[in-house]
Amino acid sequence: MPKSMFEKIWEAHVVRDVPGESTILYIDRHLVHEATSPQAFAGLKAAGRKVRRPDATIAVLDHNVPTLQVRGRRVLELVDQASALCITTMEQHAREFGITLFDMNDERQGIVHIIGPEQGLTLPGMTIVCGDSHTSTHGAVGALAFGIGTSEIEHVLATQCLLQKKPRSMNIRIEGSLGPGITAKDIALYMIGRLGTGVGTGHVVEFSGSAVRSLSMEGRMTLCNMAIEAGARAGMVAPDETTFAYLKGRPFAPKGALFEKAVEAWKQLPSDPGAHFDTVHEISIDGLAPQVTWGTNPGMVVDVTGRVPDPADESDPQKRRAYERALEYMGLEPGQKITDIRVDTVFIGSCTNSRLEDLRLAAQMVKGRHVAPGVRALVVPGSMQVRRMAEEEGLADIFREAGFEWRASGCSMCIAMNGDRLSEGERCASTSNRNFEGRQGKGGRTHLVSPPMAAAAAIAGHFVDIRDF
Amino acid sequence: MEPFTRLKGLVAPLNRTNVNTDEITPARFLKTISRTGFAQALFANWRYLGDDQTPNPDFVLNQPRYQGATILLAGDNFGCGSSREHAPWAIREYGFRCVIAPSFADIFYNNCFNNGILPVTLPEPTVLELFKEVEATEGYTLEVDLEAQTVTTPDGRVFQFPIDAFRKQAMLQGLDNIGWTLSHLDEIRAFEERRQQEAPWVFSLK
Repeated sequence: MPKSMFEKIWEAHVVRDVPGESTILYIDRHLVHEATSPQAFAGLKAAGRKVRRPDATIAVLDHNVPTLQVRGRRVLELVDQASALCITTMEQHAREFGITLFDMNDERQGIVHIIGPEQGLTLPGMTIVCGDSHTSTHGAVGALAFGIGTSEIEHVLATQCLLQKKPRSMNIRIEGSLGPGITAKDIALYMIGRLGTGVGTGHVVEFSGSAVRSLSMEGRMTLCNMAIEAGARAGMVAPDETTFAYLKGRPFAPKGALFEKAVEAWKQLPSDPGAHFDTVHEISIDGLAPQVTWGTNPGMVVDVTGRVPDPADESDPQKRRAYERALEYMGLEPGQKITDIRVDTVFIGSCTNSRLEDLRLAAQMVKGRHVAPGVRALVVPGSMQVRRMAEEEGLADIFREAGFEWRASGCSMCIAMNGDRLSEGERCASTSNRNFEGRQGKGGRTHLVSPPMAAAAAIAGHFVDIRDF
Repeated sequence: MEPFTRLKGLVAPLNRTNVNTDEITPARFLKTISRTGFAQALFANWRYLGDDQTPNPDFVLNQPRYQGATILLAGDNFGCGSSREHAPWAIREYGFRCVIAPSFADIFYNNCFNNGILPVTLPEPTVLELFKEVEATEGYTLEVDLEAQTVTTPDGRVFQFPIDAFRKQAMLQGLDNIGWTLSHLDEIRAFEERRQQEAPWVFSLK
């Protein structure tokens, strides 16, 4: 019987599966950060329990860390006391339970979903969890990776397992080829606009098709990262030569003969021809235009050549009300041209779009130009390694000379916990994943775009079609 | 885990779709190492006028008729977005024990069970009908029975809801999930030995 990749990985991790019970599913890798884990460690301690496999758990500081530095170092004085407490508590828990921690001055530090693949902690065929919804990112290497709550973090720490009900499977086939300057981010936003923010609920989504095959690992990570914005806890892409080449030589990836042995096993992971999926969608991306969100969820999105929709055109009353509320919050008028929307701030960063490839694409738009007067523009690389590599190849200089701030890595203005945030009414072109009300700061207005689109908006002061920029 | 068996309670309507966990508990309230203290955070960006303190009279939960509500009636895809368990913590601490919606986001749905909140899925037309009734009738209550998997209206109509059998039992009994998994430690050990043979690279971290 042909099996999907999801089924293969699921079955390889079942510890106990008895009718009438939840499945006990084994977790290979547990990633932990300071924002959602303190209460889990506290619960563990209160119950007198230990971390079952400290060696399978890696912690990193990312949500609350400052992206500014003092003499090349990050110090707690750069964030408020509440953030500082989250940071020091994580450090204490890591010491106490014997967990490896990338602290805020570790050269391997970065956003948890950037450093997982980058360090080779994330490998094909694994089950990977983290107390963070964007854990779906790691599915790009051909893993089953999903976000969990704090009680579940405690469960994994104590048992290295989770109680799970088997999700349904979905295949989203994405066919076609991308035009110049169009990225995985545009595919993701277009897909969510087409299929809806709840399409993936209850499902694990495998992305396949010619467009996905031709994406780089970075692009696949962007796509899987946004799977959660389509409601899917997990997104995944079958591993192939692109995957193996990416992973080879990464610090925590297997070496030598063991790597070759692993590759042989990983080659068995892709879905068999004729494998069953509970739900199938197909999308064509030929001729896809750059995408810009206009509303307060990622499904509220149009082509850059389009206009803000008119709620009056919506026949479904719930949708109409949602559109009206979104326009009011966003301070936009029906029918307004997207390219007429001016921005105050540009944020290039987040676990969606802060890898080297993203920064290269953004830098191409910026080179030899300058940020528009009055626009605040930030680049927050996804990891310190990305930052160093971008500095070595001159990208940092391009950004700095153009008037961008060049920061140290962290979640930063995607979630606005560390002090990097929008103020009331401020409008931002952001390469992050959520344009929710208040996401980047209370009252802040977020438009989700790709890195080159964000960079071009910083230069022009408003959205532009990068195809003629 | 806090058990849930049966609840008869006042219903508060939040007639919006795609309510996300950033809206339920904004990120600025996540900067804590505590599991409590979130009642104030619930829907903070909607509930207050600017300062996280002064109630916004236009927000539905601030209306006197909904004070003391224990059941939240919500729109499609409730709890989408971030995995933060601070969202169900805030919902529970505010006083809700049950959320009824046409659908829930997966992570939020799971988190509810771990916090003694029963997420009840009813068909969208039923939920829309309930919204009308709640808004039309002051003091509108519903009765939720987990054992029977039913929601009963004041005039005696009964709606069945689906729920996973194991989770239902766990919630009825207030099961310690971690303790239950640990009771299968022998099976976990046997699995680990087998997996280490099959995929040694997974274990080569240290």
